[in-house]
Amino acid sequence: MNEKVVLEHDDLRRTLRRIAHEIAEKNPNAERLAVVGIHTRGAVLARRLHVFLGELTGSDLPIGDIDISFYRDDVGAKAPGSQPVVHASHIDFDLSERTVVLVDDVLYTGRTVRAAIEALFDYGRPRRVQLAVLCDRGHRELPFRPDYVGKNLPTAREERVNVRLEEIDGTDGVTISEETPMEVTQ
Amino acid sequence: MKHLLSIEQLSRAEIESILDRAESFAEVGRRDIKKVPTLRGRTVVSLFYESSTRTSSSFDLAAKRLSADFVSVKAAGSSVEKGESLKDTVATLSAYDPAAIVIRHPYAGAAQMVAGWTEAAVVNAGDGKHEHPSQALLDVYTLRRRLGSLDGVRIWIVGDVLHSRVARSNLIAFAKMGAEVTVCGPPTLIPRGIEELGCDVSYSLDGIEEAEVVYALRMQKERMSESFVPSLREYAACFQIDTRRLNPRQLLMHPGPVNRGVELSGEAIDSPQSLIAEQVAAGLVVRMAILYELLAGGGASTPAAEGEGSQPTPIGTSA
Repeated sequence: MNEKVVLEHDDLRRTLRRIAHEIAEKNPNAERLAVVGIHTRGAVLARRLHVFLGELTGSDLPIGDIDISFYRDDVGAKAPGSQPVVHASHIDFDLSERTVVLVDDVLYTGRTVRAAIEALFDYGRPRRVQLAVLCDRGHRELPFRPDYVGKNLPTAREERVNVRLEEIDGTDGVTISEETPMEVTQ
Repeated sequence: MKHLLSIEQLSRAEIESILDRAESFAEVGRRDIKKVPTLRGRTVVSLFYESSTRTSSSFDLAAKRLSADFVSVKAAGSSVEKGESLKDTVATLSAYDPAAIVIRHPYAGAAQMVAGWTEAAVVNAGDGKHEHPSQALLDVYTLRRRLGSLDGVRIWIVGDVLHSRVARSNLIAFAKMGAEVTVCGPPTLIPRGIEELGCDVSYSLDGIEEAEVVYALRMQKERMSESFVPSLREYAACFQIDTRRLNPRQLLMHPGPVNRGVELSGEAIDSPQSLIAEQVAAGLVVRMAILYELLAGGGASTPAAEGEGSQPTPIGTSA
């Protein structure tokens, strides 16, 4: 399988740091901010952004993570198979009057974001929701536009975007690879 | 997994997967809005030919917290009283195109039969003296939360084992999870050959101090057509679990409903080592996990189903 590297280890870190700067710039009222990552890799990215934002703003922002399995729009539509472990969501702060920055690794159809926003609203009524993604690969099926983008990746639907993070995969980086049509479930 | 008919059909890994999921439903129960849209638009029918408080109410609430529509049919007050057969009743309910049918019936094997008559996923909520798998799963869940793991844990199941589907399901489940199980009761209430399920047998409470968990069973007066014990009083004298027989380090469980003063003393029920209330709370989240597993299980399986990243595939791909 052919993999094209689009973000190396250091690029990925610089990109995240830039996103953190943009978030801080766009939200001067930092004490109203909160960061919520979408499982699994979005949650890891959120933790890293949270550290950068802490350095930039000097405040310890609330952080949470959210699992969208119970909010998917394709529940039961797929053939049974191996199931991912559903993670519990952790949002143990009050969302109301806060600007919540949702964090995910790849923005594609927008369906995950829809599910995440719906899940978020079961915890409270945030004042504003912003979206930060490491990669935007296009092919939106719902009207979402990210507020912060690490890298725009023009891709074909048959391609895969592979995000690897040290905490999970042992290494940092983003690659694009070709997929054989058989493996593409989209 | 298409149906949940017995614990026997489940592997240890499948049991653990359901319990892991139940943990995340426990988190849903701590929110202000205790409901998720997962099974929106699906219908769950429950069909109870025997009375029930815990099982039927928790399946009801479990379905509702998953946003499914829930219809409950009880034999008393339904056309069953007019003589409608189980098969015809199932055919009638199947006409509503339910995603799942939860059934409790006095005959062993009823759930299995129903599974052959309907397209819906069938959940056995107790079939005669055979099995009660959701009870066993919630008991394993309760113990796992308390003890971390059941490996090597010594559990005594005490009482009317003969008439108890809970005893059968729990014995099998506890053994699959690595526990060492002893069943205990008067010889008339211990089925012959039960050792083959992988347990020890004791005809008295002597030695119960070795147990870390004491699981008492209800004396099932409704299933006793002849006298299995001289009197309930004599049974209580020999086998009642009270605070004198229970040492403070032991955990006490009971599937409910309890005959206060028969298999358990009132003091023991209300003692801090009793997990009975925790068992009921576990029933809700475990039954949510069961419905999720059967009705939505496949749905969360495809990494690229939504196309966006962070679906847990081994190398972190996102198609």
